[in-house]
Amino acid sequence: MELVKPAFGLLFWMCISFGIILFILKKFAWTPILNMLNEREVSIQKALDSAENARIAIRELQDNNERILQEARAERDLLLKDAREIREKMISDAKNIANKEGERLLKSARENIQNEKSAAITELKNQVATLSIEIAEKILKSELSSDEKQKTLVNTLLQDVNLN
Amino acid sequence: MRISNIGLIIQILFFASLSLNAQVPIEENSGAASHHDSLQLESATPLHSEHPSVEKFNAGKLIIEHISDSHDWHIAGHFAVPLPIIIYSKERGLDIFISSKFEHGHKTYKGYMLENNHIKAVNELETIDAHEATVNSILTENLWDISITKNVTAMFVSIFIMLWVFISVAKAYVKNTGKAPKGLQSLIEPLIIFVRDDIAKSAIGEKKFKKYLPFLLTVFFFIWINNLLGLIPFAPFGANVTGNVAIGLTLAVIVFVITIVSANKNYWRHIIAMPGVPIGVLVLLTPIEIFGMFLKPFVLMIRLFANMLAGHIIALSFFSLIFIFAEMNVGLGFGVSILSIAFTVFMGMLELLVAFLQAYVFTLLAAMYFGSAVEEHHHEEVH
Repeated sequence: MELVKPAFGLLFWMCISFGIILFILKKFAWTPILNMLNEREVSIQKALDSAENARIAIRELQDNNERILQEARAERDLLLKDAREIREKMISDAKNIANKEGERLLKSARENIQNEKSAAITELKNQVATLSIEIAEKILKSELSSDEKQKTLVNTLLQDVNLN
Repeated sequence: MRISNIGLIIQILFFASLSLNAQVPIEENSGAASHHDSLQLESATPLHSEHPSVEKFNAGKLIIEHISDSHDWHIAGHFAVPLPIIIYSKERGLDIFISSKFEHGHKTYKGYMLENNHIKAVNELETIDAHEATVNSILTENLWDISITKNVTAMFVSIFIMLWVFISVAKAYVKNTGKAPKGLQSLIEPLIIFVRDDIAKSAIGEKKFKKYLPFLLTVFFFIWINNLLGLIPFAPFGANVTGNVAIGLTLAVIVFVITIVSANKNYWRHIIAMPGVPIGVLVLLTPIEIFGMFLKPFVLMIRLFANMLAGHIIALSFFSLIFIFAEMNVGLGFGVSILSIAFTVFMGMLELLVAFLQAYVFTLLAAMYFGSAVEEHHHEEVH
């Protein structure tokens, strides 16, 4: 029975000391500890959040870089392609021009040659005619130089005529 | 890891000093048991006759002495530390003196005497032999005994330990702001977080738990540390503080008062007229609810006090078995001691768990009562 009968002395001291310890601990232990715990949790949360944000930012940066790289690569390809096209076009243009020029030169050369040739032929013909006349003149002169020769000639010619 | 180490140390100390505390034939028993068996009884008998006060081992007396409060603190053998007596009565005023003045109940002092650990007022004011004194029963009824008893001392010790631990931890928090906890801090921190998150926050709710947290933390650590100190079997620990009904009563009354003071309209409505219940049932239900309101803290008190008391009684009972059997036959006592120690180790382990569990249960239930007192009215379907 004594065990379940609360003793006044113990009750008295328990009330006083529990009250005191509650007060002291609340003031000097629980409040600072809980505040610090809270602060630390908040700061850890903040750190985690900022790490997450940094991670996102880095990923964005990486994505950006990747995108810029892609764009640069595409641009490079485009430039290369353009350059190649231009080169080919230049080459083909040059070829065309050269061909045309060659043909033109060839053609004019041919025309010149033709002109020169015909001029030469004409001159040759003239000279040949002149020479022929001169030769004929000289022959005639020699053939008709004496009377005898003239009579022989007339006879030859008359024989050929054959009076029929 | 740390806690289990502490547990082990407590266990070892427990056995070491239970053997000291059990003033009875431990010397004859352990010293001679290995040499003679049944002959031992004969050699023990003359020893007993020399000390008639300890001739028979009385387990019940040992246990009761251990679990109840007293005005001196028994250390070992016949050595006990006397504790201060503070006593007040209207007629005689305040008297403060040391309990050794009573000479273990054999003498009166300043008109008081000690009988079965209770202070009684006697008619004779001068110091005389207690057996010749006449008890003044009217005065005894009106005595206010606020002596620093064994339990009060043990409680003071626990309070100093708590103050030292938590204030140094708090200082460490202020000093190590923004750093990881270390040392005692890292031992205490999980427990504080446990009480905060798993007890207060979950039972009271996110919004209102902060107001009750200092009380819940104090109660939790007060019970737990006192339970643990109760397991350490030597002075100034090992007193049965939490197994004393006065401690449980005080804590339960504080819980009750806080519940009533912070109770909102919703709580009272549920007690006086449970919503959605017909009047006919209310006639029956309301008295039950009002009864339950008082029953809850009462059960809190009983649970704590009975559990801790039972733990002490069982541990001591197992240990007493050794001496009971040793009185029949020393060899038997020696044999039983192995079994007893095995059981006591088991009980000690269990008590370590119970020490924590009781602190947890008390705090959790207190938090739940606070939670029900401040709960906002928002759902009907629960009823």
